[in-house]
Amino acid sequence: MDNQGISILIVDDEFSVRDSLYNWFRTEGYRVETAANAVEALKKLQESSWDLILLDIKMPGMDGMELQRHIKKIDSSIIVIIMTGYATVDTAVEAMKEGAFDYLSKPIDPDKLSILIRNALNQRRLVAENIQLRQKVDELSLQDEIVGESPQIQKILEMIDVVAKTDATVLIRGESGTGKELVAQAIHGKSNRRYFPIISINCGALTESLLESELFGHEKGAFTGAQYKRKGKLEMANGGTIFFDEIGNIAMKMQMDLLRVIETKQFTPLGSNKVINVDFRVIVATNTDLEKEVAEKKFREDFYYRLNVFSIDIPPLRERTADIPLLAHYFLKKYAHSMNKHVTDISPGAMKILTQYDWPGNIRELRNTIERALVVVGKKNRIEPEDLNLPHLSKLSPLGGDSLEELERVHIQKILEQANWNVSKSAEILKIDRVTLYNKIKKYNLQK
Amino acid sequence: MSYIDIVPIGEIAEPMLVSLQESLFQTFRIQTRIRKRAFDIPLVYDSVRNQYNSSGLLLQVINDIPPETLKILAVTELDLFIPIFTFLFGEAQLNGKGALVSTHRLRNQFYGIPENEELLKNRLLKEGIHELGHTFGLIHCFTLRCVMNTSTYVEDIDQKSAQFCRACGQKIFYL
Repeated sequence: MDNQGISILIVDDEFSVRDSLYNWFRTEGYRVETAANAVEALKKLQESSWDLILLDIKMPGMDGMELQRHIKKIDSSIIVIIMTGYATVDTAVEAMKEGAFDYLSKPIDPDKLSILIRNALNQRRLVAENIQLRQKVDELSLQDEIVGESPQIQKILEMIDVVAKTDATVLIRGESGTGKELVAQAIHGKSNRRYFPIISINCGALTESLLESELFGHEKGAFTGAQYKRKGKLEMANGGTIFFDEIGNIAMKMQMDLLRVIETKQFTPLGSNKVINVDFRVIVATNTDLEKEVAEKKFREDFYYRLNVFSIDIPPLRERTADIPLLAHYFLKKYAHSMNKHVTDISPGAMKILTQYDWPGNIRELRNTIERALVVVGKKNRIEPEDLNLPHLSKLSPLGGDSLEELERVHIQKILEQANWNVSKSAEILKIDRVTLYNKIKKYNLQK
Repeated sequence: MSYIDIVPIGEIAEPMLVSLQESLFQTFRIQTRIRKRAFDIPLVYDSVRNQYNSSGLLLQVINDIPPETLKILAVTELDLFIPIFTFLFGEAQLNGKGALVSTHRLRNQFYGIPENEELLKNRLLKEGIHELGHTFGLIHCFTLRCVMNTSTYVEDIDQKSAQFCRACGQKIFYL
């Protein structure tokens, strides 16, 4: 780090002040120039840009306060530090109100000047970095990842734009693989909370006690195995958005706890007696019929009404087949680029298969199909029908063996496909709990 | 032969000057000598501030320099100031001939703690080398241990060494 790129302009009608400060800043390695009055200073502002201006208040002609107003009009990011030999609280307050970084009384304590300049420049650097990062976040969050031209998708995009500007709780419904998380991310990315995190939590993948500790966090020693204090996801989402996926799968007690947190925006970590205040927006997603769950008393009615403030229904892919070619080409371009493959097209035959297939696994299945096709496409520059490995098109493959494990793997895969990868439904058919099913999906690396 | 002249302004203990003379020779590898001469101290005295104008004093230091003098380091006990600053440890002409150091605020006594002559000698040497460094064109250095690192407080002087860092050393000995 050095000061050589930093420019300082000293504006003072007293030669001895200009000269002393000029020499002092030069030995610090800054680019420094001086001006004896406001006219000279404004001329220097036209000629080049300045990081910091040290400004005397009492000058003949235009005084320092007025000059500061002109400086801020020319470039509001310039740091202005006011100097005066007649320090009064009123002038200090006025200078700060007009945007001065700080105020120095003459004679200046060199200790104070060094620290003040360093702090001012650090703040300017941080502001510049912050602007740069915000621009990057804006660019990234505006990248539209939701692909589709069908009226249903256009309607969803409109709904995202409308709801993003509010803080309303959003309920996203859709079959597995329709892109519910993508919609949640788009809402967050277009909202005023976009500079804060979006924290996702898959409620279906965790046991009740694990979900509790994940959400609320815990103190050291709160339960066996809690060796360290851990921040919960609710706290991590402070300022941003929390996204609960598969909300229909959480237990009744947790529904009650969450309802209270959403209502009060307060919670207490496990093993702690300290109440934590949080500010987040809630987006939830589900592929279960919540109304039916409410009717069957499996889902709390009050919680349901609290979540169902603004609802977005994502249609399954089979109901918007017009988007399939667009989506297929989108994934082709994306994965061909990341795999460094020169595959640029999908043959009419392959496209016909893609549009005729009913896509039980929705967009996720289409994405995986294209990704897999790019792996097996070889040296061809377009995807052909034989590169597609769609279950109902392929012949039943013989079992890999007669072991119990292999039979279990094939059976679970079959049930999952029958239930459109609805984990709760599959678990019910298999007569095992959801967590066990998730563990088996992971163990056998089963994919949609 | 060229010299770095060490010029006392007012009373400076002889052992302090001799120690400085030897150390400056070790650092710069230029012959050093102690040269005594008169100064008009009342001329630079400010009765309102009860301090002495450093720039005015430095002008007297660089007045009438012998031809064999390469650089001058004046050492004084006086409390120095320039109009814009409340005090100075020292002042130098960047790329010039003259430098000035005051021991007034280098003394522990100034801060209400017991005097330590050895510490004072060290501080004087560091500030002397630092100000002479400016006369050789060096600006402040960000290397914490380098003698050209800026010293805002007297404690900062104790943190740095009496040596130039590699980069500053190369610049100075390249000249």
